[in-house]
Amino acid sequence: MSWVNAAVQGVLLGGLFALFATGLSLAFGVMRFVNLAHGDLAILAAYLAVSTTATLDVDPFVSLLVVVPVMAVAGYLAQRFVFDRTIGPDPLPAILVTFGLGVVIQNLLLEHYSADSRGLDAGAIETRSIRLTDDVAVGWFPLLTLVCAVVVLVALQLVLSRTRAGRAFRATSDDPDTAQLMGIDDRSVHARVMAIAFATVALAGVFLGIRQTFGPAEGPTVLLVGFEAVVIGGLGSLWGTLVGGIVLGVAQAVGNQVDVRYDLLSGVLFGHLLFLAVLAFRPQGLFGRKGRA
Amino acid sequence: MSAGAHRISRSTPSSTAGLAVFGGLTVALATLPTWDPERTLQSPLVLVLIYLSLAQMWNLLAGFAGLVSIGQQMFVGVGVYALLTLAEDRGIDPYLSVGLAGLVAAVLSVPVALFAFRLKGGYFAIGTWVIAEVVRLLVIESDSLAGGDVRSLTRTSLGGYSRDARDDITYWLALGLAVGATAIVVLVLRSRLGLGLRAVRDSEDGARGLGVDVTRTRLVVWVLASFWTGATGAVILLHSPSARADSAFSVLRWTALVIFIAVIGGVGSSVGPILGVLVYWFIDEQLAEADTWRFIILGTVAAAMAVVAPKGLYGLLQQWRPVQFFPVRRRLVARDVPMEEPA
Repeated sequence: MSWVNAAVQGVLLGGLFALFATGLSLAFGVMRFVNLAHGDLAILAAYLAVSTTATLDVDPFVSLLVVVPVMAVAGYLAQRFVFDRTIGPDPLPAILVTFGLGVVIQNLLLEHYSADSRGLDAGAIETRSIRLTDDVAVGWFPLLTLVCAVVVLVALQLVLSRTRAGRAFRATSDDPDTAQLMGIDDRSVHARVMAIAFATVALAGVFLGIRQTFGPAEGPTVLLVGFEAVVIGGLGSLWGTLVGGIVLGVAQAVGNQVDVRYDLLSGVLFGHLLFLAVLAFRPQGLFGRKGRA
Repeated sequence: MSAGAHRISRSTPSSTAGLAVFGGLTVALATLPTWDPERTLQSPLVLVLIYLSLAQMWNLLAGFAGLVSIGQQMFVGVGVYALLTLAEDRGIDPYLSVGLAGLVAAVLSVPVALFAFRLKGGYFAIGTWVIAEVVRLLVIESDSLAGGDVRSLTRTSLGGYSRDARDDITYWLALGLAVGATAIVVLVLRSRLGLGLRAVRDSEDGARGLGVDVTRTRLVVWVLASFWTGATGAVILLHSPSARADSAFSVLRWTALVIFIAVIGGVGSSVGPILGVLVYWFIDEQLAEADTWRFIILGTVAAAMAVVAPKGLYGLLQQWRPVQFFPVRRRLVARDVPMEEPA
């Protein structure tokens, strides 16, 4: 595999990473909420898709029609009845509740589905690709993932900038107290934002499950990658999140080209090191405004 | 009434009693090997004491310094691999190496802080987690550390000690770390540093305005906790003398469980982690081998506590009957003056 091909595959992988990061970025942007169970929710969604495809005998893409709404409702309820009670000047309760939730989800999945790796079979699309040159081929499915990520982010951006709900989201983000005075119910805003966050991470989880096999313990990896994409892109910037995901994807793909002892790990390590470099030299991220971290 | 008629006191009758009970318990536990020759209590206690030590250090960071770390497994793992390197590869006495392992962790914690301290709150938590992953991956990739393989302390490093002596020393080290960790939290709280920490916790800007060097205060606590966590990691290896990078750097074992213990007992008090570790011990005894259920039960209880009782069991106890176990809170008391105010 050539370096050019590695970079192209990295850009495509970045689409998946951006999907991991979208929900984190949105929840942090609107309500400064950091959900440490985010990655475990992606894996939970992938397992829900496994069960849905098995029970209803449908394609993983069709299972999205079940999994995404279910997760969105779960997000709405979780925010309304649990997460909202932890929002305040002290970040500790929110960290504890979401971290605890993540560990519990992970172990419940382990208990119910066992530690065996699972995968989602989407048929021929998984293996088909477009050959660009002799060295470079673009897989249909990775391309679809990237397109999906872009569509999700464009749609969110449009919702935020053009709709009444989006205006309420932005107002709550800028100044929750004044937003309340203007008649915006911030609890309802929070719950709707978390519903969107859960829906996007559910989409990400199912795409991850189609792309590769997964196990119950992989949630933290998803969380860390999503978080890194958010920080590299710049906190609170949705476009930054897309770019952050792509930069991270390229770093991982290029890292995998480097021959070291355990080559499966080196891509992940490269991604982490790039993140630390950004943290050291540009802590506000590529697209972030200064002083928002 | 003149100012000289008052003094600042930290002790109360209940804190004096608390110290006596704590001291008596420590003496009883220290002499355990003589009155528990079968080691029915001693061997399970080692892990309980290790968890108390880790939970107190996490409590010091999260409950007092506002540093909610999910990367503590990094310092445990570094302690484990430092001990393997020092004792197994370099032939230094394994028990002497425990302190050195703590030093290695403390030295590593400074550059870690350089990165992690740029993040706040929840993002600090994930940031420390990322750095812990980086260290784990580097240990796995490293040829000399061979973190991908199972490594153990062998006769070369432990040969000079009999099996009984090894069990006893490991137990005493665990006890020393647990009691020492509790003492550190109490002493830090009584010190000027502790006063600064609590000021920072309550209002960072306010504390800055009063002249508290926030970053330096946090750094001191961070390095101290890293030292202690690293030394505890070394004792974890002495207790079960083989390790792989994945178990030594396990976020579930060495950070999640520790957080659950601290949260259930009560974050932000010196007594909370002791109560928490007793709950952990009790639940663990009921569960035999089921690792998953231990995480599910403790995780659910801890998450629920964080919402309904953020101060943990200790906080609930305080609501029910306010008692002080350790002399940490400053009170104004009258000195040799009748309590009744003159008319």
